[in-house]
Amino acid sequence: MIELDNVGYSYGGGELLSDVSVRLSPGSFHFLTGPSGAGKTTLLKLCYGALLPTSGVVRAFDADMRGLDRDQMAMMRRRIGVVHQDCRFLDHLPVADNIALPLIVSGRDMAAESGNLRELMNWVGLSSRADATPPELSGGERQRAALARAVIMSPDVVLADEPTGNVDWEMSQRLLQLLIELNRMGKTVLIASHDLGLIRAAKREVQARVLRISNRRLQLAGADL
Amino acid sequence: MSKGNIRSFLLGDAQADRVVPPSGFTAQLTLFVSGAMAFLAVFALALSLASGRLADRWASELARSATLRINAPADQRAAQTEAALKILKQTPGVASARALSAEEQAALLAPWFGAGLPLEDLPVPQLIEVIEAEIGYDAAGLRLRLGAEVPGAVLDDHTRWRKPLVDAANSLRRLALVSVLLIGGATAAMITLAAHAALAANAQVIEVLRLVGARDRYIAGAFVRRFTLRALIGAGVGTALGLGGVMLLPEASDEGGFLTGLGFQGLGWLLPLLVPLLGAAVAFAATWTAARRKLKGLA
Repeated sequence: MIELDNVGYSYGGGELLSDVSVRLSPGSFHFLTGPSGAGKTTLLKLCYGALLPTSGVVRAFDADMRGLDRDQMAMMRRRIGVVHQDCRFLDHLPVADNIALPLIVSGRDMAAESGNLRELMNWVGLSSRADATPPELSGGERQRAALARAVIMSPDVVLADEPTGNVDWEMSQRLLQLLIELNRMGKTVLIASHDLGLIRAAKREVQARVLRISNRRLQLAGADL
Repeated sequence: MSKGNIRSFLLGDAQADRVVPPSGFTAQLTLFVSGAMAFLAVFALALSLASGRLADRWASELARSATLRINAPADQRAAQTEAALKILKQTPGVASARALSAEEQAALLAPWFGAGLPLEDLPVPQLIEVIEAEIGYDAAGLRLRLGAEVPGAVLDDHTRWRKPLVDAANSLRRLALVSVLLIGGATAAMITLAAHAALAANAQVIEVLRLVGARDRYIAGAFVRRFTLRALIGAGVGTALGLGGVMLLPEASDEGGFLTGLGFQGLGWLLPLLVPLLGAAVAFAATWTAARRKLKGLA
């Protein structure tokens, strides 16, 4: 589904990632951990083409990302849902429109999709906040809205960058449950997180591989995780 | 852009237009610039057309006529006039020639000396109006013959003063056209700046749209549609005001000379209607180029 083959990424003269190889198989669940600044976000960005590797190959759905033109890149991103740590919404639009944004930009008939949108907003518990604007949401609500936006196109892969970074433990458990539920629906999930408690909690419920970035390289985490 | 894309662009997409936040000052700037430039373009166009008409008129009216002046003592003037008319009649390329009457000559001098001029008491030369035939005449040959047979005759084919006048009118027309082009260029530059400002202010919006799978033409289209529409409205208002201003200019009259008749004539009134369309086209091209360039710089 998404495959990194001997990928290296350099920025500003320094090498951030080196010889990274990993394959996200369909339906798999991965955690990506490591200290702050280790390159977790960079690796996630490489997975959805926001960055291109300086060496090695990133393949998404069997296509080398380097060979995709801008339209093809846009089409590929419709198959990958991304939850950013800072969420990134269009603040002038209500939450419902923000969640529906992937449908809007892909030209879907919004009248036909309204049922799905309502259902999804119920699923993330934001039905009552549909008309609120993003600045009016709490941290947990923003994360849930970001997750809903990431999955509304029913993508094959969900990438989440510290999805529980700004929320309390209870909310982080709730978000984790949503991601586990998605994985049970057959979605490939990759979560970048340094929250070891969250990772341990997830491993109790789902078969998850934990990858750690250390010294610019990717390795399987030890038995403690 | 394909036909389908142009159609979908013109029809618009309410959802797509909503994803780009309303951009306050760039909207006002585009409206104002388009309106002001369209207003100026209408005047430049009117000036260009008027000076073109003037150049054509001077060129055609004066090119076919010449004046023969008989500077002879009073007792020889009639004989020399008669001889000159005879020569002119025989000259190939001269369609007609006639001596101006005393009243006509007095009328020509009236603007300088006033009415009731006693022409017979003044040493005013006799003037003969010469109308050239289509094939034209040999002015140098005619001068030689007149010099030999009518010593007091001086042929003035108006070339000396007609050419600078026509050149001046043509230069004015060219200047007005250059002004129209400069106005178009300045409009494009200012709308490009406004579009750049709007794109820069909405960098995060564009990033989010790319992230969720929006194609470049979807994002660019939302900006381009907005700027094109604003330019069209602004230029429409500017053109209307410009046309109003032109209508208020004085009508063409002989007394007013060049400073009257600066407006449009006949089908020329339709020409300014192209200004809003051209303004919109300039805005479209400027915003489309700016947006595509900006988007190419993003992942």
